[in-house]
Amino acid sequence: MLSLWRKIRAVGRVAEPAPPAPIDPSSQPALHTTEVIQELHGSVQIRHVDAGSCNGCEVEIASAFGPVYDAERYGARLVASPRHADALLVTGAVTLNMAEPLRRTYQAVPGPKLVVAVGDCARNCGVFRNAYGVAGAVGDIVPVDLEISGCPPRPDAIVEALRRLTGR
Amino acid sequence: MNAPSVYGTVGVILQLLIVIGLSPLLIGLMRQIRARLEGRAGPGIGQPWRDLRKLMRKQRTSPRGTSEVFRVAPLLLVATCLVVAAVAPFVTTASALDPVADLFAVVALLTLGTVALALAGLDTGTAFGGMGASRETTIIALVEPTMLVAIFALSVPVGSTNLAAIVTSGLDDPAQVFSPVSLLAAVALIVVIIAETGRLPVDNPSTHLELTMVHEAMVLEYSGPDLAMVELASAMRLTVFLGLLANLFVPWGIATSGSVPVIAMGVLAFVVKVAVLGTALAVGEVFLAKLRLFRVPELLAGSFVLGLLAVAASFFLA
Amino acid sequence: MNTVQAGLLTAVTFGLLSALAALLVARPARSAVVGMGIAVCGAGAVVAGVAAMTGQVASFAAPDLLPLSGVVFAIDPLGGAFLAVTGGVAVVTGIYGIGYCRGGLDGRLVQCMLPLFVLAMMLVPAAAGVGTFLLCWELMALTSLLLVLAEHRRRPEVASAGRWYAVMTHLGLVAILIGLLVFAANATDATFAALRLAGQHLSPGLAALIFLVTLIGFASKAGIVPLHAWLPRAHPEAPSNVSALMSAAMVNLGVYGIVRVGFDLLGGGAAWWWLLVLALGALSAVYGILQAAIGTDLKRLLGHSTTENMGIVLVGVGAAGLFTASGDLTLAGLAMAAALLHIVNHAAFKTLLFQSAGSVVHATGRRDLDSLGGLRDGMPRTTAAFGIGALSASALPPGAAFVSEWLLLQALIHGLPAGVSATIVMPLAVAAVALTAGLAVATFVKAFGVGFLARPRSREAESAHESPPSMLAGMGLAAAACIGLALLPTLVLPTIGAVAGGVVGSGDPVTVTATTIALTDFAGSLSPLLLTVALVIGLVATLAAARALATRRAAREARLWDCGAGPLSARMEYTATSFAEPLQRVFDDVVQAEQDVDVTHHRESAYLVEAIEYHRRVPDRIERRLYEPVLAVMAVWGRVGRRLAPGSVHRYLGYGFYSLCALLILLVVTR
Repeated sequence: MLSLWRKIRAVGRVAEPAPPAPIDPSSQPALHTTEVIQELHGSVQIRHVDAGSCNGCEVEIASAFGPVYDAERYGARLVASPRHADALLVTGAVTLNMAEPLRRTYQAVPGPKLVVAVGDCARNCGVFRNAYGVAGAVGDIVPVDLEISGCPPRPDAIVEALRRLTGR
Repeated sequence: MNAPSVYGTVGVILQLLIVIGLSPLLIGLMRQIRARLEGRAGPGIGQPWRDLRKLMRKQRTSPRGTSEVFRVAPLLLVATCLVVAAVAPFVTTASALDPVADLFAVVALLTLGTVALALAGLDTGTAFGGMGASRETTIIALVEPTMLVAIFALSVPVGSTNLAAIVTSGLDDPAQVFSPVSLLAAVALIVVIIAETGRLPVDNPSTHLELTMVHEAMVLEYSGPDLAMVELASAMRLTVFLGLLANLFVPWGIATSGSVPVIAMGVLAFVVKVAVLGTALAVGEVFLAKLRLFRVPELLAGSFVLGLLAVAASFFLA
Repeated sequence: MNTVQAGLLTAVTFGLLSALAALLVARPARSAVVGMGIAVCGAGAVVAGVAAMTGQVASFAAPDLLPLSGVVFAIDPLGGAFLAVTGGVAVVTGIYGIGYCRGGLDGRLVQCMLPLFVLAMMLVPAAAGVGTFLLCWELMALTSLLLVLAEHRRRPEVASAGRWYAVMTHLGLVAILIGLLVFAANATDATFAALRLAGQHLSPGLAALIFLVTLIGFASKAGIVPLHAWLPRAHPEAPSNVSALMSAAMVNLGVYGIVRVGFDLLGGGAAWWWLLVLALGALSAVYGILQAAIGTDLKRLLGHSTTENMGIVLVGVGAAGLFTASGDLTLAGLAMAAALLHIVNHAAFKTLLFQSAGSVVHATGRRDLDSLGGLRDGMPRTTAAFGIGALSASALPPGAAFVSEWLLLQALIHGLPAGVSATIVMPLAVAAVALTAGLAVATFVKAFGVGFLARPRSREAESAHESPPSMLAGMGLAAAACIGLALLPTLVLPTIGAVAGGVVGSGDPVTVTATTIALTDFAGSLSPLLLTVALVIGLVATLAAARALATRRAAREARLWDCGAGPLSARMEYTATSFAEPLQRVFDDVVQAEQDVDVTHHRESAYLVEAIEYHRRVPDRIERRLYEPVLAVMAVWGRVGRRLAPGSVHRYLGYGFYSLCALLILLVVTR
């Protein structure tokens, strides 16, 4: 226990200072999305759904919620049940087996809700377009409010998108 | 039963306001301390209140196949916490409802809240709900002996299980705090509180893995205002338990008369004591991993032995 | 004629008339007539009992009615308490039985035995002589045996249960018989008054012998470990109104016997007697509720819960005896009052629970919790009734048993200065009571949650329908009694406290105001009514606040969150077995469940599995360790005895000759 305490003292703060808040006028979200963001007012609980990803985006999301980027300081938190969530973070091209579960997860989330498509596979199937096991992009199954491009997207891009959701 | 005095009523109202208002801040404080120790920045102490405010604006879902038990359980949970917060001596020793301020009654009321949640978990008919209910009732069953034996140890020097009497006796005899009886009973009660409020190492409140959940598994179906009530009740339970631990063993600062500065002192003392205990709990959690479910009975058995020793000490050293 | 005599006369008359009516009335009206008769009989007993508790006495002697001992009855406050409890249970089960017995249980024998059983249970606390006592006791045993066997044609397990019950109750009778006869041999005659006088002059050894031998018999009747084996067998197999009568009225008479012989006739006794009683009580409480927590048969679970509650009552009785022996009479009165109040509470909630269980069996034909579930849709009133009973049984506020356990815990807690043995015993007793309280919570959450909530696990549970009005009326009465005892125990506590004080020789151990119970001589008070009112106010306030603060009013109906995979079938729900599995693991040393796994492989490959069958049995470990050796010895003895009867007439004639010779020699030698 003492060695852990010494390590805590030695390492100190790992989280990097917050970059300036995102106010990019070219990518203003839709009106509905803005209304939902205003209603949530700084507290967004997120349920991650892996609809068929290679787990590259998951590693980056884990990094985004880790000590270095610390997405929790902006009010976003990962939760286990979609009933507790406000936003779905969907990764991967939606496979045939995951299409219906993804729809049901979306229906299980209580309103007002948001969907964020993380990574190129979620946005437009990426390199897996027209593959035999793929049902489509996330936008074909559930309405998407925000997209994060990249294969995989950098953690700071993920954090920036989450900051748009929480407004902090 | 005497009619409640003005002083007692003011105390009740203050206690209710503080417990309702500051318990989410306690959770926020504990999360913030954990974040800082882990090298993160943390969302700030007020985040749980933002979460609760947002939850009140969300839609409530009513899963098909559930009944009134599911809908009433969060209300009952909050109601039991409110009654205990109103009755227990946190800010003042005069309780407006003295015949209810009995340590057995308070502990049993808190258990009633947990039972309501367990029944709600079973009512959903999902495997997660049943699993959470099963584990939670096992832990309750094993925690009861330690709790009651610790209450026994506390009540022997005082001759009563009335909360106000125990607190007043602690005020009158400050050396009692450092007696073996108090220390043993305090350690036993700390383990009990950890088990009852579902903190590490018995249960991890922030886990995402359903198979490791105990308390969270019962509330997976709740959303919106119901979830807000469950979260608030869980925060209030922690505050109430820590407040009881603080005032039963370290009662200095609690208001014993009705003047404004004394009551303000009581409020301040309560807030500071609960904050200190919460900080200690949060720091302790950083160093602990969750125990396997079937190792938890060993921990509870150890605390039971400490409780028995406390009772034996209270007789032989009295 | 005073109230006691009037009440008893009504009870006896209506009881005998109902028994007669059962033989004469035609089948369609039989259960209704007998049921109403039992209800009136019970009402008379309640009136008589309450009047007796407040101090009126009545007695009746008929020395020539029975050869050798005559018949003598006398009711004192202690007997009145048990009489009132029995009467109350009889009223409720009589009404319940009107609907329950219709179609299948309204044969002449069964309907005739019901009022006779109730009468026998009423007359046991009134008996004031050894012969009368034993006569009523045996009548109670015989009538209940015939009632337990009521459905033996439908199920083979009933016959086995009846055999166990018959043997154990008669062994108990033999023990009580020996004890009381030894006692009577040392007194002027066989009335309790004479025994009371003689009890003050008995040698300690003889008194201890009498107490222990009668304790065996009475403890067996109360379902105390290790003589409890008949209880979880007989109670499930008996019809539910009979189970209610047995569990809520008959087992109390075992406690009555211990209190009567120990406190009244033997005048208090040594401290180690009551230590033994307390230890047996604590052991039964923990063992009983552990078996209940792990069991899945609804009625068997309730039977084990009876063992647990009688264990708690004996903890109170034992503590009262310990405190009397050390001179602490107010504490003794408090412990005895807690025990008596627990008997009353137990009678109320156990009746309610068995009636709801009977309602479930009536509607679905199933007792196994693992195949019930979802009954709240088809049987909402039964579900509510079971819920009230379960809340009372789990010793949580605002339930009934919370008050009696609170009183018991207060008695145990204040008893610490009563001696060194008390220092060791009291904390362990508190721990045992606490463990049973925790396990009781687990048991009844399991029984209520798995049995009545969620979705039905079998076709029979799906098609469950509500019970007929008479059964609902019976359950409603019992529920009202539970709620009344939970909120207003201050109505019954003064009387019960006075009875308890009278038994141990102290004043009133509790003082009550309209809403609050306060302990005399000690600091401590409780107000169940205030607590409930505060809770209700909290509920209403929370509901109002939630409605006011929530912005979206309508609740959207949604499917259960099943991880998006597929429809959740009823097989995926948690069952009673799985609910109790963590507890079973924790207590594995005591429980030692036996498991059988049967794997059927595919014909083509030994690596592919076609079907798996899993059986789990939780044997009664005390039975296995204690009874099986005894039964094995009996079997060996039987085989030896077989050699004495080879079938040869010469041998049998020889036996007669030899024993005659031996007798003559004996007479010559002892002249």
